[in-house]
Amino acid sequence: MKLNYRIVIFALAIVFGVFFSIPSLLQTEGGKKVSLGLDLQGGLHMLLGVKTDEAVKSRIKSIAASVKHFTEKKDILIDELKFDENGLSFVVLDSDDLPSVKEYLSKIEGAKVSVNAERISFSFSAEEIEKTKQDAISQAIETIRNRLDQFGLAEPVVARQGDEKILVQLAGIKTAEDEQRARELISRAAKLELMAVDEARAGRVYAMSNHEAASFGDVILPDAKSDKIKHLVREIPILDGGMLTDAHVGFDQNNRPVINFSLNAEGAELFGDFTGKNVGSHLAIVLDGVVYSAPVINERIGGGSGQISGDYSVVEAKDLAIALRSGALLAPIYLMEKRSVGPSLGADSIEASMIALIGGFVLVIIFMMVYYKLAGVIANIALIANLFIILAVMSLFGATLTLPGMAGIVLTVGMAVDANVIISERIRELVYQGMSIHKAIEEGYANAMRAILDANITTLIAAVVLYAYGTGAIKGFAITISIGILASMLTAILGTHGIYQMLESKIQKSKKQPFVVWDKGVVDGVF
Amino acid sequence: MEFFKYTKTFNFMGKSKLAMVFSIVLVLASYALLATKGLNYGVDFAGGTVVQVKYNSVAPIDDMREKLKSNELFDNSSITEFGSPDEVVIRMKTTTGDVTVDIGDVTREALSGTGEFEVRRVDIVGPKVGSELKEKGIMSLVLAVLGILIYVAFRFEWRFAVASIVALVHDVSIALGALALSGIDVNLDVLAALLTILGYSLNDTIIVFDRIREGVVSSKNIELSEIIDESVTRTLARTTLTSLTTFFVVFTLFMFGGEIIHPFAFTLLVGVVVGTYSSIFVASPILLAFGFDVKNYHQKLADKAKREAEKEKMRAQFESGVM
Repeated sequence: MKLNYRIVIFALAIVFGVFFSIPSLLQTEGGKKVSLGLDLQGGLHMLLGVKTDEAVKSRIKSIAASVKHFTEKKDILIDELKFDENGLSFVVLDSDDLPSVKEYLSKIEGAKVSVNAERISFSFSAEEIEKTKQDAISQAIETIRNRLDQFGLAEPVVARQGDEKILVQLAGIKTAEDEQRARELISRAAKLELMAVDEARAGRVYAMSNHEAASFGDVILPDAKSDKIKHLVREIPILDGGMLTDAHVGFDQNNRPVINFSLNAEGAELFGDFTGKNVGSHLAIVLDGVVYSAPVINERIGGGSGQISGDYSVVEAKDLAIALRSGALLAPIYLMEKRSVGPSLGADSIEASMIALIGGFVLVIIFMMVYYKLAGVIANIALIANLFIILAVMSLFGATLTLPGMAGIVLTVGMAVDANVIISERIRELVYQGMSIHKAIEEGYANAMRAILDANITTLIAAVVLYAYGTGAIKGFAITISIGILASMLTAILGTHGIYQMLESKIQKSKKQPFVVWDKGVVDGVF
Repeated sequence: MEFFKYTKTFNFMGKSKLAMVFSIVLVLASYALLATKGLNYGVDFAGGTVVQVKYNSVAPIDDMREKLKSNELFDNSSITEFGSPDEVVIRMKTTTGDVTVDIGDVTREALSGTGEFEVRRVDIVGPKVGSELKEKGIMSLVLAVLGILIYVAFRFEWRFAVASIVALVHDVSIALGALALSGIDVNLDVLAALLTILGYSLNDTIIVFDRIREGVVSSKNIELSEIIDESVTRTLARTTLTSLTTFFVVFTLFMFGGEIIHPFAFTLLVGVVVGTYSSIFVASPILLAFGFDVKNYHQKLADKAKREAEKEKMRAQFESGVM
């Protein structure tokens, strides 16, 4: 027996494979492990879309609110303030005030301001609209990530996919109820608005149509306790949740959960100004278009803090506080794709694919051993090494093992022995032609090499395309099959060659002393 | 052991006409199936919803159907058994866009009272994502074929490349025909299987072509059909063995891999059989039909060797400073 560089590399590869696959196999505390895909461990995969048009509209709405505040403060009289998703316009009653209003609006980033007689129109430039839309997506990703981080699941994935989609992956969700709770947290707009009740017309709210309310610049909102209770509030809010700095769960005098929030300096000022001027009126606390309470303003409220009371459980209040704290979603999100797998189905899938893997593996191993004897044993060593290396590489890269990925490993088992079959058949052929064992081995490998390389590279091409165009679980298949093919070059080609070179002298000697494994003679026995 | 010891050369090419007829009939039958019955696109490509429900005992399918009539979301939904009588899959063409309460939640709600059950899987694919996945799927098949074509043309000769692509198209067509015939849901995993068939079938073809190339270069014989027969015979042992081992593992996957992996394993199973057949009876005869000229190729090789020898000579002269 003598060492050669091939056997040394092969031995190192085995050591590498075994060492780095131990954490995954034995589930040790430390060390890099293969993570199971959502289809195997159960979990939630979602692709979300963002209604970006709404983000533009809500920006215009908040500009309308600030125009109102600005003009009130400067005692500028305006009328016919209207806005839609394209822009807003209003009439300035005293034309002397036009320049200052125009200057105020022009300072807004991306503004397009035009004046027609006394009417000022405001809209955003195309770039600004695009920017607002992109910001809405980035902000949604950031917000969802913040919320999920506080939700308490291990390693939630929130990432942008393509130009306008958001990928959310949550592993380890146990029940359908938990899943729904997570989805609720993710999708909650959490838009807090403080709005003035239209005192003059509030009495007629039940007789009023939405259209009529809009003509007064009002909007009809339902109450949180019941859809039947309605409130008539001014459409343009006094302030919104963007000025919120903190929200946490507290308890009121009846020991029911409430959410206490605080506002930043700007919000506190707006809030103080408004409450100071409107003592005796009602103030509606509106969350996601629903009025939670509408208390009477008793006095000017400084300090910028408030409370949302509602009929919710502690868990709901906690989720709500998380959502408020993480900020509102600038634009609503919607479901484009969802894949949800229960943990028990994942466990079943693992079991079934393990049976297939072990079954297929054992069949191949036995077949190779029976058919090729020593050569089969050598091929089997390579095959087992191959499995370890696949696992080790996947662990090192933190790759995800999915159900199609398992199928990829099963398939690799079938394909990896192919190289050894080709090689063995070649050597056998050469030996029949009367070549010496040594020469037959070298020639056989050289001849087989070209075909094996070509065949493997074409399979790799298919795998790479699959990786580039596949999604989620299918990517897992592309990964395992690619690693499997690359590893098989190392084990089935280089490794077995090394073993033959090492055993060569023994094989030659065995002509005189037949070994148990190749009892029918060297040629028939070994190859 | 050596079951597959082939000492005498088989006359494959003599049978190639018969094989061609067989192949053409199979491919045409597949296209006819695709045109009439069509592929049964699953949610991944068609969009829609799949809800997998497992009951504690036999699933009360009639009762479930009754309950699902309550909501128009479930119009045209189908309920089928999935692997065992306890487990069913509900397929719907509809989807919902609401994140908080989706069609899966509505289904769970609607089924309450039909017994003790667990919703184990909900797949919702909106129409936009569905058509995107379809586009990407077709794109990936085309790209894979193109990549392979370029590689084979680069490594062999263009006739080899075209012949192997024809064999690939043959294999994928028949696999698609089998999918249409069986009515199996065509989802992303089936696409992955189709791409694997591409790789696998080509694997076989390349092994045979490699032998043919070797035969063409080394043999003095200029009759291509004889070279092909000899090469195919020589690789026959390998082809049978490898196909058998691959067939073993895919078959275990098909039998024991579980219900979810079934469409994937089925597609591969068909692919392994057809791929093996096509590398012998489709790819090589086409090479023959394209009129690959061995004499011409010998000449080309000789020219190439001559050019290189001249280059070598010039380099040698240059290095020794003669020029």
